[in-house]
Amino acid sequence: MNTIVVSKQISHSPLIELHGVTKVYGTGGAAMHALRGIDLRIDQGEFVAVMGPSGSGKSTCMNILGCLDTPASGAYLFKGVDVGKLSRDQRALLRRNYLGFVFQGYNLLNRTPALENVELPLIYRGTPAVERRERALKALEAVGPKGWKSHTPGELSGGQQQRVAIARAIVTDPKVLLADELTGNLDSAHSREIMELLTSFNSERSITIVMVTHEPDMAAYAGRIIRFLDGVIDSESG
Amino acid sequence: MVTLGGGATVQVSEQIASLGSNLLMITPGQRIGMGQRSAAVAFDVDDAEAIARDIGSISAVAPSSSQGVTVVFGNKNWSTKVTGIDGQYFKVRNWTIESGREFVSSELRAGKAVCILGATVRKELFGGQDPLGSNIRMEKVSCQVIGILEAKGQSTMGTDRDDLILIPLRTFQRRIAGNQDIGLIQVSVQDGVSTDKVKQDIEQLMRVRRHISPSEDDSFSVRDMKEIAKMLTGTTQVLTALLGAVAAVSLLVGGIGIMNIMLVSVTERTREIGVRLAIGALTREVLMQFLVEAIVLSSFGGLFGIVLALTASVGLARVLQVPFVFNSGIVVIAFFFSAAVGVIFGYFPARQAARMDPIEALRHE
Repeated sequence: MNTIVVSKQISHSPLIELHGVTKVYGTGGAAMHALRGIDLRIDQGEFVAVMGPSGSGKSTCMNILGCLDTPASGAYLFKGVDVGKLSRDQRALLRRNYLGFVFQGYNLLNRTPALENVELPLIYRGTPAVERRERALKALEAVGPKGWKSHTPGELSGGQQQRVAIARAIVTDPKVLLADELTGNLDSAHSREIMELLTSFNSERSITIVMVTHEPDMAAYAGRIIRFLDGVIDSESG
Repeated sequence: MVTLGGGATVQVSEQIASLGSNLLMITPGQRIGMGQRSAAVAFDVDDAEAIARDIGSISAVAPSSSQGVTVVFGNKNWSTKVTGIDGQYFKVRNWTIESGREFVSSELRAGKAVCILGATVRKELFGGQDPLGSNIRMEKVSCQVIGILEAKGQSTMGTDRDDLILIPLRTFQRRIAGNQDIGLIQVSVQDGVSTDKVKQDIEQLMRVRRHISPSEDDSFSVRDMKEIAKMLTGTTQVLTALLGAVAAVSLLVGGIGIMNIMLVSVTERTREIGVRLAIGALTREVLMQFLVEAIVLSSFGGLFGIVLALTASVGLARVLQVPFVFNSGIVVIAFFFSAAVGVIFGYFPARQAARMDPIEALRHE
């Protein structure tokens, strides 16, 4: 497997660095400048909330941070590696080995039991079946009570589905957990439970968390809040 | 379909083989069209003897002559064909005796009133009774049954090959036909000898014997069973190819069906593909996933189809009276073909899935 080579020497550099990152959709007069030069540094173990109105560029920024997209100009260094210079499959390997995703819409495989959903990232990693099952069970236990493992997403509530999705994101012990409005579909009680879960993963496992949210209540759980406006970082607090 | 076609081909070649391969059939007159032949002087026994004497590399010569007759036994009668035979007729035509015996040479020489029945004639006249030793009457001749031929069944042309009576040639000429004519001389060529060469020799000899001047056409014809066999198997092989072509078209249609299903599946599972890509699936892993799904789909279809086709073939073979020939090669080919259809027609949708932009795919509703 052609894993990304990250040498020991540069592993001390900041986990995430953005230098003058821009992103443009379309060309010519119709060009839409989603990001107009972002400089950002996120260190290992941080809990960062990203806020801003729709169209402010926060989702575009998250896509770039998640190695799903590449900057038009500027550089994104992940553990010192310039992601913009990697191929599609190399970025896939980077996501596989270092990143975890949680989405607003959960995005679980519908007809697949919770346990197998959680196992999915380990399958792509080539983890042996027995170990895969063990780790998936542990991850599921970490997010909620036992007994969901054979339930399909359709048999679980929204809050439960999001917990399964979080279990899927953390089962690989990622460096960074990227969450896109993960409480957007949940009521406030469930939202708080989910946030407390994230906070515990952040503090106990020192998983770096970058979370997009609209709700100030949720952003308050983060150690740092970054506000986007019209493609630039408007303010930082915390 | 190929199984049915293959069955027909095997049936034809078996029949030709049961007629005896390396067989040359010499008849007076020329074929001038379907079932018609020009009138010509018949052969006589001397012609057959000349062939046996003068032509090398032949293993048997059998002159014969036939005529339609009505045979009577007790209160039953049956219209059939009586053939006067001589020489090595049994050997040349691959006939075997089921019960009783062949003619002995004294019977052939003296023209005794004895006969051997085909299976059909025996059934029609005697039913379940044992006919050996009974006397049957044909025309004005009373004839003792001394043997029964082993059944050969129907020919490709649909004629019953067991509907005949054999009697010694001399008996036929004297007491039934009333002349010395021979309608057919059959020659069996030795194994490993070119029938073409023997055919030419016979033509040469017969032209001399029948005083045909070099400018005249032959007043007889020598036909090689191998040619006929080739022609007939050729026909059924064309038929098999045609059936195969029809099958190929249905394969194409089925393949397009699979492609459509896979395209729909890919569209419906766009979000799943997005999740897999976000989690870190490589392009080729997504490609393989959908390709394998297409192959599994088409292989199951193939298995189901093979079972269905074999069942239908058994039924159809019975209805069409073609032997059912199980060709494992064709079954294996059919299975791999259906899998190949999965690969070919599954590739395009799979590539579609693998090349998706994960961001777009995740946003897909």
